[in-house]
Amino acid sequence: MLGMNGKDTTLFIVVCLMVLLAPILLNPFPTGSAFAQFNAGYPALLQRFVIFGILVIGFNILFGLTGYLSFGHAAFLGVGSFAAVWMFKLLSYNIVPAIVLSVIVAGLFSVVIGYVSLRRSGIYFSILTLAFAQMMYSIAYSDLVGKVIGTPITNGETGLQVYNDDPQILLGDGPKTPHLFGLEMNSSFTWDVGGWSFVFQNGYYLAGILMIASFYLAIRIFRSPFGLVLRSIKSNQNRLNYTGISTRPYMLTAFVISGMYAGLAGGLLAAMDPLTGAERMFWTASGEIVIMSILGGVGTLIGPILGAGVIKYMENIVSTINDNVVHGWVAFMPDGLENFFVAIIHPFIGKGWHLTLGLVFMAVVIFLPGGLVELGQRIGAKFRRKKSPESAATSAEKGTV
Amino acid sequence: MGILEVKGVNKRFGGLQALGDVNLSIAENTVHAIIGPNGAGKSTLLNVLVGKLIPDSGSVLFDGQSVLGRQPYEINQMGISRVFQTPEIFADLTVFENVMIPCFAKRDGAFRLHAIGSTRHETDIHETAEAILMDVNMLEKRHMVASSLSRGDKRRLEMAMCLVQEPRLLLLDEPTAGMARADTNNTIDLLKEIKEKRDITMAIIEHDMHVVFSLAERITVLAQGTPLVEETPENIKGHPKVREAYLGEAQV
Ligand SMILES: Nc1ncnc2c1ncn2[C@@H]1O[C@H](COP(=O)(O)OP(=O)(O)O)[C@@H](O)[C@H]1O
Ligand SMILES: [Mg+2]
Repeated sequence: MLGMNGKDTTLFIVVCLMVLLAPILLNPFPTGSAFAQFNAGYPALLQRFVIFGILVIGFNILFGLTGYLSFGHAAFLGVGSFAAVWMFKLLSYNIVPAIVLSVIVAGLFSVVIGYVSLRRSGIYFSILTLAFAQMMYSIAYSDLVGKVIGTPITNGETGLQVYNDDPQILLGDGPKTPHLFGLEMNSSFTWDVGGWSFVFQNGYYLAGILMIASFYLAIRIFRSPFGLVLRSIKSNQNRLNYTGISTRPYMLTAFVISGMYAGLAGGLLAAMDPLTGAERMFWTASGEIVIMSILGGVGTLIGPILGAGVIKYMENIVSTINDNVVHGWVAFMPDGLENFFVAIIHPFIGKGWHLTLGLVFMAVVIFLPGGLVELGQRIGAKFRRKKSPESAATSAEKGTV
Repeated sequence: MGILEVKGVNKRFGGLQALGDVNLSIAENTVHAIIGPNGAGKSTLLNVLVGKLIPDSGSVLFDGQSVLGRQPYEINQMGISRVFQTPEIFADLTVFENVMIPCFAKRDGAFRLHAIGSTRHETDIHETAEAILMDVNMLEKRHMVASSLSRGDKRRLEMAMCLVQEPRLLLLDEPTAGMARADTNNTIDLLKEIKEKRDITMAIIEHDMHVVFSLAERITVLAQGTPLVEETPENIKGHPKVREAYLGEAQV
């Protein structure tokens, strides 16, 4: 379907359904129940799932296919956000020009940074991208450009946002919040059923549709001759050169495509909440993208999206669990045991979520080098073996999920 | 004038003169063997021809055009393909994908943005790739990941990757090293067949004299970076200088 093979079509349909039904599927616990806190189906978090999904889908086209590890991808995300907020300030809250410009600007930046960084490979490439991103972060944080030309561009530490006296020449009497031709991003529809309450938000669905489109494009790239060349770069760049293929333009194209994906994600972040700051470009943000990809499964289609989901979930859910909440769950225990249990759990929850993430990450890297996707494959393989022992032998055409 | 003209090529590695004043002319549509003891500079000479090394002095003309200073991919696009002494293949990809890539390079040139169409729908490329895999007897292994192949199969795969580009000059660096006798004979037959089917020039480095005498029309003996003799196979057997160069290392 749509030029995809059977397996990819299935995967694509599953992703579409997940995006469509996420507000329900990720809200399994009734509102007010003890576990409601584990619900992830609220708009602010759902938006993050799909926006960071877009970011890592793009990152995976570079890192997953070619093996070139960019350590500065958050810079393109940040640039995209700044471009989008500027469109809000100058034109209106319509997100179309904002998102278009964020993709274009991120694309331009990635042409320049890619051109220079791709002169080296391996660790030197990573360091170059990191250096560029940190430079851009510093420039944004101190608003160097703004100081030179005399008007704020990134607005330094304060961050960039829309003020009432901004030009907004196309605003008229349109909405005063980001919208798609009048469809406001933050407006939503709530469906109360039984003890549950499901929220369907415009912003989430817009970002979700764009993630589906991004995912579709990534599938096509993975299966195209271009994608094959990118994979061969990862496998043996030497052979490729002696086979008459110039790797540079292929690498630069992959770099720019993934930069534009990041720009789209940045533009969408601003479209959900029309303000941004330099911290979006900080190196830890770039590191998070790398961790998402590795956690999920580098070079697989679905892996990075899963990785982004797990990390955003932990960042937003595990970080909100505090000692009182745990006391609530284990209240049935005798007091001494209860306190002991809470004391043990304490370092891993709330602000300690990074520790939990670190442990999960280490466990995955050591035991599941293929990431969460490998976990899925192993479980799937076990089930299949139980059903029919001979079918396991036909796994010759494994391919990338 | 030959299709390949090497004139006065010198290459030093520190104090070692790997190539000293090499002159070599390879006539079009012939098989030219380069033999010589280990460390004679045979692979180094090929490295110069494919742009991996830049010589200190001298000139290399392919079909009248200078090769020196060009990138390896440009030289390949001129029509020179090389099989390496240790197989250079795409180890993570399947056998079939390995062969598809040179097909794309041949058809689309050094770069073409071809990001949406599926490789599955490239029927021409599939046909060409299948035909060459049939030629090297590897069609049934086409879904195997290349890293899992035997050493001999890796060589045959690399040869298929070079042949499928229909190069005008094919450079083979010890193509049968590590192959079983039967595979060696198959390789000889394959190269003979290719030679009969179309115009191709081959330069072959080989230690196995059975291979050399089965294929070569001219033989150059290289020793310590310098060509000693260039002769027909009949005249090279028992040539005093050749015996001297080998000092019993291989039975000529
Ligand atoms: N890149 C290199 N750096 C230094 N020395 C080299 C290099 N390549 C080859 N040599 C040396 O040059 C000589 C010729 O090597 P080579 O061309 O590989 O010989 P062979 O005829 O066996 O293929 C050897 O002594 C080898 O050690
Ligand atoms: Mg050699």
